[in-house]
Amino acid sequence: MYSKDMVNLLKEIMAIDFVVYELALFLDTHPNDRRALEDHNNFSRRSRELRSIFEKKYGPLVLDSESEFPYQYINNPWPWEIRY
Amino acid sequence: MPIPQAKAVLTDIGTEEFAHWEIIGTLIYKLTEGATPEQLRRAGLGDHYAQHDHALYPHDAAGVPWTAAYIQATGDPIADLHENMAAEQKARTTYEHLINLTDDPGVIATLAFLREREIVHFQRFGETLMLVKEYMNKKHIF
Repeated sequence: MYSKDMVNLLKEIMAIDFVVYELALFLDTHPNDRRALEDHNNFSRRSRELRSIFEKKYGPLVLDSESEFPYQYINNPWPWEIRY
Repeated sequence: MPIPQAKAVLTDIGTEEFAHWEIIGTLIYKLTEGATPEQLRRAGLGDHYAQHDHALYPHDAAGVPWTAAYIQATGDPIADLHENMAAEQKARTTYEHLINLTDDPGVIATLAFLREREIVHFQRFGETLMLVKEYMNKKHIF
């Protein structure tokens, strides 16, 4: 089973990752926008920090995350199984 | 695509669209989870159940399966970017029709998010089209 804390941290990561993605799309057509790039890099850093905290507590988020033995990636819940 | 901006936009929007497929799949999975055949039949999903049970099988509102034949690619950057922009508008309007068909707040919020993404994608494709046109006009000067 998973905790409310896990779901809340996951939601925070997803929100930050959305900001990163949106800024990345903007930067694709505006590569010289310095402010957007700063925002992108700041949110990208924050995402990596939170993902690292998440994975230490709850296990791998993606398939290239490091895992303890036995391979933790296959454990529940999968994204469609989480009750937010 | 002839310029870096266009390669990046096509790659990144393409990737996001696959994620949208996952969001829709998750939405349908959650809405139909644990539903009995009788409940599915009453919800108009009897035909789907008969062939696909609870599987997430991609077909349109009339039951016509998705096929790769729907994907258009002419190799002409101007034509293909217009095709993408049209696809974003068609997706936006389909989301609006879907929103009109439900009163479930969770479903509406999900569809409204996806609808908004198509608007952002349309904007990015429009910028890309202008950049590609600029590049192609310049290219004639050797």
